[in-house]
Amino acid sequence: MSYLEIDHVTKFFPATEGGGEVCVFRDVSFKIEQGEFVTMVGHSGCGKSTLLNIIAGLERPSAGGVVLEGREIRRPGMDRMVVFQNFSLMPWMTVFDNVRLAVRAAHPDWHRSAVNQFVQRYVDMVGLGGAERKRPAALSGGMRQRVGLARAFSTEPKVLLLDEPFAQIDALTRGVIQDELVRMWTASRSTVFMVTHDVDEAIVLSDRIALMTSGPDARLAELVDVKLKRPRSRAELLDEPDYQRLRTRILRFLVDRAPRPAAGEERRAAGEGHPGAGGGPGFETPPARDPARPRVPLASVTSQA
Amino acid sequence: MQRDRLRVIGFSALLGLAFLFLWQALTSVQPAGRGVPGPLAVGATAVQMLAHPFYNNGPNDKGIGLQLAASLGRLGVGWVVASVVAIMGGVALGLSPTLYRAVNPYVQVLKPISPLAWMPLFLYTIKDSSQSAILVIFMSSLWPTLANTAFGVATIKRDYLNVAAILQLSWWRRLVTVILPAAAPAIVAGLRISIGSAWVAIVAAEMLIGGTGIGYFVWNEWNNLALTSVIFAILAIGLIGVLLDAVLGRLSRRLAYTE
Repeated sequence: MSYLEIDHVTKFFPATEGGGEVCVFRDVSFKIEQGEFVTMVGHSGCGKSTLLNIIAGLERPSAGGVVLEGREIRRPGMDRMVVFQNFSLMPWMTVFDNVRLAVRAAHPDWHRSAVNQFVQRYVDMVGLGGAERKRPAALSGGMRQRVGLARAFSTEPKVLLLDEPFAQIDALTRGVIQDELVRMWTASRSTVFMVTHDVDEAIVLSDRIALMTSGPDARLAELVDVKLKRPRSRAELLDEPDYQRLRTRILRFLVDRAPRPAAGEERRAAGEGHPGAGGGPGFETPPARDPARPRVPLASVTSQA
Repeated sequence: MQRDRLRVIGFSALLGLAFLFLWQALTSVQPAGRGVPGPLAVGATAVQMLAHPFYNNGPNDKGIGLQLAASLGRLGVGWVVASVVAIMGGVALGLSPTLYRAVNPYVQVLKPISPLAWMPLFLYTIKDSSQSAILVIFMSSLWPTLANTAFGVATIKRDYLNVAAILQLSWWRRLVTVILPAAAPAIVAGLRISIGSAWVAIVAAEMLIGGTGIGYFVWNEWNNLALTSVIFAILAIGLIGVLLDAVLGRLSRRLAYTE
């Protein structure tokens, strides 16, 4: 049995107009081993953040489920920590208090001094020693996300969920914080599920990359192994042919799928075949379809759950 | 910046002096002993009253300090109790859209009612004039805080609540570490409006109930035709109002946060 298992997860959202429901993604299944770093890459709207929220327990799947260590995830828990794209720090609290809130939640029985010591350790670990008394508003994006990482790691979660954690950080700082993330992940050996649309980021950080087709009605297209040896340095990777090949492959996937309907849809149609396939024009052969348009009007895709 | 400030202060002082001068000039052409007293007469009364603010010569003759203290005491009790009730109610309404929508029509009807309109009902039911005045203060400070708290809580960013959910904070810790601080700016804005309207209401309430308080004092001095005292009391009411607002303004600056 796998450590973290995403099992046929499907999510519908209410349609923005005309009632009914829209399928965000369908039948997403994959497994994550303990200590593994898996990243999901896909275009905006493929529901990758929604899937992350489902794993976090903040949202419920419309069908299917997520199982962590043999137990189904139904609500948020201290075993899964989220690092948010917009940092989600409490703006009225200092850096120290933001981390302290998490440590106290993780260790309600600890004495105040033990909590403070632990908080200080993580604040120092992300290089924010000296900025403990500052409020998030006084920090740059990069420093805020460091607080976010410190807050998440300080609870020593089993699974770390990163929701486009570097999207709002300037490119130069991004690399530095990614390295810090890898260092902390290596030290903690926690399992990581990250969501991003930055291909380089995904390759540098991950053991495996899950590629999603475009939404709505997105599918998990494939899982790509990243066999580059660790520790990975950005400078060396640039000269690595494997890195370039992988990068090209993923980018091509994303570019190819971008304007088209869900690729999973086509693949499934090809796999199952319709009655006419291979045997001359069948009775039910559908009319030629504009590939740029979904087969079914979106508004009519309703929930079967 | 500094020069700008000086200019404002200078202009402000000039306006005040001009007003006092005009006031004095207009009142000094009236026949002696009749008409509205001028600023000099009011000033003389003020000096006299402030020299002994806390004397007590029986129910109809108390120093202005005692009267103000009585009013502030009522205001304090009524406003604090109303604020606690309003914040608790507001949090509940803010957290539950269903409850909010169910209660909202009643709040909308109750809100425009002058707090003084309740007075006969209070007097009839609790048969105590001083407590009735406190209840009037309660009614006048309830709605702004309730509405603001509900709004502040309802508009808390989803992210903060998500963090609270992930950290599995107990409802109490969620309330004191996330919900109240997040809604604090809105709540304090409500408290500030409340204390202002409560201070407005107390004068009228005390005119009705009599006994003690600055409102009663104003009415009593009017009955004595001591208009200098009335005018000085009016000024005192205004100054206390400014002071109350300043205290809450300070609190609001302390609790403000930028995202």
